[in-house]
Amino acid sequence: MPVIEVTNLRKRYRGNEAVRDVSFSVEAGEIFGILGPNGAGKTTTVECLAGLRRADDGRIRVLGLDPQHDREQLRQVLGIQLQESELPANIQVDEALELYSSFYPDPADWRSLRDTLGLAAKRDTRYSKLSGGRKQRLSIALALVGNPQIAVLDELTTGLDPVARRETWDLIEHIRERGVTIVLVTHFMQEAEHLCDRVAVIDSGRVVAIDSPGGLVNRVNAEQRLRFYPSAELDDRLLTDLPQITAVARHGRQVLVTGTGDVLGAVTSVLARAGIVAEQLRIEQASLDDAFIALTGQEIS
Amino acid sequence: MSSTTVAVGSPLRALTRTETRLLLRERAGLIWGLGFPPVLLIILGALGGKKPDKDLDGLTLAATYVPIVIAFSLAMLALNVMPVLLATYRERGVLRRMSTTPVPPSRLLAAQLLINLAVAVITTVVVLLIARAAFDVGLPRQAGGFLLAFLLAAAGLFAIGLTIASLAASGKVANAAGALTFFPMMFFAGLWVPRAVMPDALRHVSDYTPMGAAVQALQDSARDHFPGALHLGVLAVYAVGFSVAAIRLFRWE
Repeated sequence: MPVIEVTNLRKRYRGNEAVRDVSFSVEAGEIFGILGPNGAGKTTTVECLAGLRRADDGRIRVLGLDPQHDREQLRQVLGIQLQESELPANIQVDEALELYSSFYPDPADWRSLRDTLGLAAKRDTRYSKLSGGRKQRLSIALALVGNPQIAVLDELTTGLDPVARRETWDLIEHIRERGVTIVLVTHFMQEAEHLCDRVAVIDSGRVVAIDSPGGLVNRVNAEQRLRFYPSAELDDRLLTDLPQITAVARHGRQVLVTGTGDVLGAVTSVLARAGIVAEQLRIEQASLDDAFIALTGQEIS
Repeated sequence: MSSTTVAVGSPLRALTRTETRLLLRERAGLIWGLGFPPVLLIILGALGGKKPDKDLDGLTLAATYVPIVIAFSLAMLALNVMPVLLATYRERGVLRRMSTTPVPPSRLLAAQLLINLAVAVITTVVVLLIARAAFDVGLPRQAGGFLLAFLLAAAGLFAIGLTIASLAASGKVANAAGALTFFPMMFFAGLWVPRAVMPDALRHVSDYTPMGAAVQALQDSARDHFPGALHLGVLAVYAVGFSVAAIRLFRWE
């Protein structure tokens, strides 16, 4: 039973069509990614489903609610963390959490939320004095303080250092364990690969694919590449005779083998029989990045 | 702080409490809106002494300046403090964030109006008490007229301030626009040349400015007259006109 259903969504701003045709559905308890390059229409899509913008066309249902018609009810069950939404410079962490919890009829315990998000030591710190990572955590806390069933997180880790990013990812998985369905907007491949159960790839206002991150990769390119330095002279024909191998190339002493299926198993057994060791063996598989480029014809960032 | 209190009450109350804390923490708004007007009165009152001045319609310098510093406080809060804060909130997405919650950001605006009005009322009471205690200026004899003039002046000035907040894209722009509005208005209020000694032509212009009308209406009710229809009418027109403009122009993001 999907908790979010978006069908043929369209939204245009002054002649510029931000969203042309977007459809997807999100199941309860999922982490659903919306992936796309800047300007693809990701933020507009989630703003429409959160009732912050009125769609020009299409149908949206969130927990059975129409985001335009049932705005008030929707805001009680959907928490959203937006890009570039700050807080007053001098408000303290606890004050912000207490204030925002007063906006909801059945709020979460904001103190335990604060502790879960690792903000306990910063409870009396002013917003302007928080690091980027802590501001994001507070932002997540405010999106969750109303006890939502769905949380929408937009470009959550943009501008964070790698450590803070990892910590934020752990946090999101933790939130999912609490039973919250998460819609994650990102242009960051690694993030989608790491967190999302399914991903909708959006390009120029259209959905070009919806699948699991692994499914997207397989769909686009099942090719693998092996690089190694043979310990002794190697006849290329030993490799090209294998059914899994499509090409063998050499860069100096290095051998580059391209193929599909169990390339690694086939190559290593041939080499073992010939008494050759593959030194500095490396396997390259297609990543979500490659899949994305193949799907949209462009690099993401 | 009250981080241990359990019951939070209505969102408007929570917002008013939080915004009040922020105002106290910020200080600038309080210094100009609450601190400066009484200081100005004390300096001018000390300079002028307690003798009535024929040129000032038979009032002392202190009595002349009581309504002017009250109008100063209202204008400072309405045209500078509040628009800068609201424009900054919009610029930084504070209002946008609120619009994702069940409580609309209009409640934040209401809280701001309440707080600034409260500061203006406190300043007015302090100014009236100092004037009476230190400079023998009697409390307004037409209390009802004084209250009406004060509320109409507040309504007009806060409506103008909200219009500035509506049009300004950032806190900096609001700051500049507020100052550009504030100084000419204070001139017509008689901050540099009191209305009693203004040339007739200038005073006629002043009658039709919000601050000129406010100062005269407050001064009249201080002296046992009910404020004139002209000045109350001028204030009412500004209040209604700019309220309509602010409602039509205000953007949350």
